[in-house]
Amino acid sequence: MSSFLQLLVSGLATGAIYALVAVGFSLLWQTSQTINFAQGEFVMIPAFFVLVAIKVLGLSFPIAALIGIAVAALVLGVLFKRVIVDPMLKHGVLPLVVSTIALSLFMREAVKDFYSSQAQPFPSLVADHDITIFGTVFSAQSLALLVVALVVVGALHGFLQHTRLGRMMQATAQNPTVARILGIEVERMILYTFLINSILCAIASILISPIYLAKFTNGETLGLAAFVAAIIGGFNQARGAMVGGVLLGILDNLCAAYVSAQYRAAVPLLLLVVIILFRPQGLMGRVEERTV
Amino acid sequence: MTTSTHFARKSALRRRLLGGMLLASLIGLPAMSASAQEIFIPNIVELSGAGAVSGTNWRDGIILAVEEINAKGGILGKKLNVPHLDTQSDASVARAQVQKVMDDKPYVILGPVFSGSVLVTMALAQQNEIPEFVGGEASAITQRGNKFVFRTAFGQQFSMPKIANYIRDGLKAQTVAVLWVNNDFGKGGRDNFVKEMASRNIKVVADISTESGQVDFAADVVKLKAANADAVFVYTNEEESARFLKEARKQSLKGSLIGETTLLSQKVIELAGDAANGVKGHVGLTSDAPIPALNAFGEKFKKRFNYANDHNGIKGYIAVYAIKHATEKLGKFDSKALADAMHGLTITPEQEPGILMNSTWDANGDIDRASFLGEVVGGKQKVVEVLPKLGK
Repeated sequence: MSSFLQLLVSGLATGAIYALVAVGFSLLWQTSQTINFAQGEFVMIPAFFVLVAIKVLGLSFPIAALIGIAVAALVLGVLFKRVIVDPMLKHGVLPLVVSTIALSLFMREAVKDFYSSQAQPFPSLVADHDITIFGTVFSAQSLALLVVALVVVGALHGFLQHTRLGRMMQATAQNPTVARILGIEVERMILYTFLINSILCAIASILISPIYLAKFTNGETLGLAAFVAAIIGGFNQARGAMVGGVLLGILDNLCAAYVSAQYRAAVPLLLLVVIILFRPQGLMGRVEERTV
Repeated sequence: MTTSTHFARKSALRRRLLGGMLLASLIGLPAMSASAQEIFIPNIVELSGAGAVSGTNWRDGIILAVEEINAKGGILGKKLNVPHLDTQSDASVARAQVQKVMDDKPYVILGPVFSGSVLVTMALAQQNEIPEFVGGEASAITQRGNKFVFRTAFGQQFSMPKIANYIRDGLKAQTVAVLWVNNDFGKGGRDNFVKEMASRNIKVVADISTESGQVDFAADVVKLKAANADAVFVYTNEEESARFLKEARKQSLKGSLIGETTLLSQKVIELAGDAANGVKGHVGLTSDAPIPALNAFGEKFKKRFNYANDHNGIKGYIAVYAIKHATEKLGKFDSKALADAMHGLTITPEQEPGILMNSTWDANGDIDRASFLGEVVGGKQKVVEVLPKLGK
């Protein structure tokens, strides 16, 4: 039982990271029909912004982390939207998808060439020690990761549901034309979504890099996990992406321990196939109908 | 079109072609083939992907040796031309790279380091009768009757008995768990390790396979905790070893963590930080050994590349010096004769200082030399015992 609980917490911690990334994925799709296949690299690269701030500028980890988030917001939020999404989206979703795939390759190779092809140690938010809860020993790092991720996801949920700005963003996501008629500055709402996505990715990067180590290939795993989580949960619902992410994290850990470590990577994809076959809109997604 | 116009055009085309060929020859196509004053020794190694840590160290050890040798006039008066080609840690890319360099008739091939890549490239080297000095440790490499492959590190059939003796005599463990990476290196190590445990009546209570490039070891550590073994033998590549150690520390895994060279390497210590403290095991090569030549190499390496080398750096360095010594002994550049000369050859630091330690290559291309038992203390590798050459 103790092992199961440890696996559960560990899975929740990993799942919370997937959820952060998947929510960003889903938000971008809802507001701007952007499918960002560079989302994994958006999580990989902020860790290197932080490392540069520490090693080149000589800053402490907390300050470097804040700078990393700010640079990510600028580069992966504003610049990404202005330089890639805005010009490409006019030509449809497919050219944008291809552009983001190209961007992911560019980011990966750029980190490899300009920083290192080797994994880098990354500072941890909390020191490693054990916390015993009801006789079961948990890692402080896992719990901290889980708490931070849940607070961020909870805050985002609260922002989207209970603030005027959040509701305007939701209105933009649901129907941009009506939102415009209602006087909402749709372009600005879309920009905010890109900023939120980049900040979520940067936070995920800072949380996961102490465990995965900072490496140019990290985006491959995380990008796929976020994409699968978003589809499982429901691509058109942010809360669906949250559920999908957490579910995927738990499933991954339990499968590795109780089914097969070798086939662990196949299990989420199997789940994805089942979801597409029996509930194509995802666990919490809504059915979208189009008139042709 | 008139006949004269046709001939005029053909003539113009021929002139352009000839001009192009002349230009190409003037530019010299620096590609890879060596000039008459250079000897071509390509290094095909893991510079990206899962093997980048090992490959980069190996490459830099080679660079250091080549710079030293070329500064002193090269080998038999010829400078070494050593291009570094990336396998991307992919066996098929490694094979393609070896195939490519064969067109330029290399004297020797250096690398790869990953056993899987060595196993697919060594047949090509054998077909072309080109000696290949490799960093791979899988036992299968030297058990296929290939007379052109030479190790620079212990094969697993030599290192695992040393580890097994240490687990039995040093740790007095009754039960062990083994965690290994599912590639040629890991599988070979795991098979040899389990065999050695069985012959010493030590029970293997958990046998856990992991993936190359794996990032999450939470489930594996939970399984190890459930197994509750006296010792855990970890046999994965550098980055995976570091991630595992961090997870093991995070979950407070009990029992001695034992490794073979990689787990105690400088890169793993750097990546894992405090989580590497307390790790013990066998170390084939280390700059921290109580051998002045190895210490001096470590200092030179750090000064040149601004980071501390691991065993792969030493392996690359001695590979080049072994080639130098054997070639000078032969007195000519003859690939086949070099391969013949390497079998049964012993090189001492007195004969060739660059070899760093007394080393012998046997009839299969396996290397024999002294090795070490080590422990990570305070973020540094500490050698606690020197183990003599097996053939001594």
